[in-house]
Amino acid sequence: MKLRAARRRKQTIFRRVVVGLIGLFFALPLLAMVEFTTRAPGGGRTLQTWTTLFNLAAIDANYPELKTGIQASAGLVLLTVAIMLVMLVPTMTWIRLRVPGMRRLVEFICLLPLTIPAIVLVVGLAPVYAWVAYFLGESSLWLAFAYVVLVLPYAYRALDAGLSAIDVKTLAEAARSLGAGWPTVMWRIILPNMRTAVLSASFLSVALVLGEFTIANLFSRENLQVAINQLGKRDDSLATAAALAALILAFIVLFAMSFVGAARGSHRPEEN
Amino acid sequence: MSPTQMPVSDSVAGSEPGHGVAVTLFDLHRSYGPIRALDGLTLDIAPGEFVALLGPSGCGKTTVLRVLAGLEDADSGRVEVGGKDITSVPTNARDMGMVFQAYSLFPHMTVRQNVEFGLRLRRIPSTRRSTRVSEMLDLVELSDHADRYAHQLSGGQQQRVALARALAIAPQVLLLDEPLSALDAKVRVQLRDEIRRIQLEVGTTTLFVTHDQEEALAVADRVGVMRAGNLEQLASPHDLYARPATPFVADFVGLTNRLRATVDHERANLLGTSVPLLPGSVQRGAALVLIRPESIAVTADPDGRATVVTASFLGATGSLYAVTESGETVLAQIDNDAVATFNPGDKVSLVPRPNPALAVAAYADASLVAPD
Repeated sequence: MKLRAARRRKQTIFRRVVVGLIGLFFALPLLAMVEFTTRAPGGGRTLQTWTTLFNLAAIDANYPELKTGIQASAGLVLLTVAIMLVMLVPTMTWIRLRVPGMRRLVEFICLLPLTIPAIVLVVGLAPVYAWVAYFLGESSLWLAFAYVVLVLPYAYRALDAGLSAIDVKTLAEAARSLGAGWPTVMWRIILPNMRTAVLSASFLSVALVLGEFTIANLFSRENLQVAINQLGKRDDSLATAAALAALILAFIVLFAMSFVGAARGSHRPEEN
Repeated sequence: MSPTQMPVSDSVAGSEPGHGVAVTLFDLHRSYGPIRALDGLTLDIAPGEFVALLGPSGCGKTTVLRVLAGLEDADSGRVEVGGKDITSVPTNARDMGMVFQAYSLFPHMTVRQNVEFGLRLRRIPSTRRSTRVSEMLDLVELSDHADRYAHQLSGGQQQRVALARALAIAPQVLLLDEPLSALDAKVRVQLRDEIRRIQLEVGTTTLFVTHDQEEALAVADRVGVMRAGNLEQLASPHDLYARPATPFVADFVGLTNRLRATVDHERANLLGTSVPLLPGSVQRGAALVLIRPESIAVTADPDGRATVVTASFLGATGSLYAVTESGETVLAQIDNDAVATFNPGDKVSLVPRPNPALAVAAYADASLVAPD
């Protein structure tokens, strides 16, 4: 008994040390950013940079590129999530119901972007975007098409987990036998039962789009990260504060996702 | 088809019990690659009748149900319900209630919402909807569980709600796809009887698919035994058991001994006794007679020509295995209180009771070849 208690204590200490080290690894750069953004010109500390960042009028007047970047990224987030959901949810549901043999192929295609570096993606997409610009204009919003490709692996995994958690075939057939058409089956039966998966896929996409720089920069489009990069050439402190704020927003989104998942996971069927 | 176009039966609108309609499946064929799941199956179900389809795995019984529900398309053939050809009508417009083998309650809805789902799609006004849901929950005795979710119910309760949900729309036909197979033995028997009670009460034409012969024999008006995509026999439970039309049916339904016998006209001589034969039996010569364990009487007899191998207590009855002098193993059903009186090695007499039995040619593999 004593031996077991000692081993347990050792394991606890080991776990805490590992978690502490990892926490430090993540926290140090963030703390350094906080330190950098709160430096006062003559020494000491000031919150001047942060008050400027959250002063919308000042940003609008003095840093229009940041405002444009935030607006572009907000639009990109919405459009990317919408296209991703509209494209993936019905496709994946249909594959499970009607062509389960295609599942591996679709999974392979969806995971493929993981193996392609962004720079290669840009080279491949350049001629496509020449046509996109020709037909739809130069708006940064059309980056959403490329971003959908970028978020596919993460969104696919999240949605696939959600679909695996329910008996899609039986639920769909039960609803159909009661008189539901396919749109009703999707909207009233499948989607409500994979809310967590849809939220996870959406949050992951939000985090990814908010942090994307390479594609936007190489296509000379505007988004938050490009704006921060440009801002860094004029006001490095404000650029760092904006980067930290974006990072914290992404963390909050990911935390929210894990809490939603945990709350959902706590429902367990009763057995009797 | 939009919800407004969906058939709304008078019984839903008026909260009256449904009335059965006739169902005809004509010459249905369905193949999955090289496997023929349905091979020219024809089946007629009378209005309000409860028909069970029984058969081994892969015999096509679930395919019949799914084709009738519209969840699968037949390669050829015709499906008629109430005299109308519905072969190409989509599932959601067929007006059939279905209970699945897997638990199929919508997890994000309460019991009440599940039951009223089909009624909402049919745009039944809220007061009538509410009355109908209450009626259905009363019918399955789950009124006090109306606000629970599926995960708060036991397996048996979930299937009862699924039954209430299927019946709430007063379907023309009720389809039951092995709804009891996931339940434990006791709940299974209770729910089985409940399904029959409810079916008799509402009078809906019902097709029940199961691999459990006791279930099929207990609840159905007629039982169809399927094999390789077709019906071997469709008959009342008693006829199916007592008068099997083919060796496969005799073998599949209940336990059967295969004993060597000599056949002459309509009687067989086996174990030294003459027994009458069922129509379809071989008429002359050496044969195998398929005889039920309960059709063989066992008596302790020191001069008997069989030796007890084992005697087992089975609760309500007992069983006894004995070997004859010719080396045939015979299974007989005995009274449960007689089990203790037989010990391995005891000599016994085995006497067939004069119940009609089926005889097949002795050289034939009885499980594959039907008698002439």
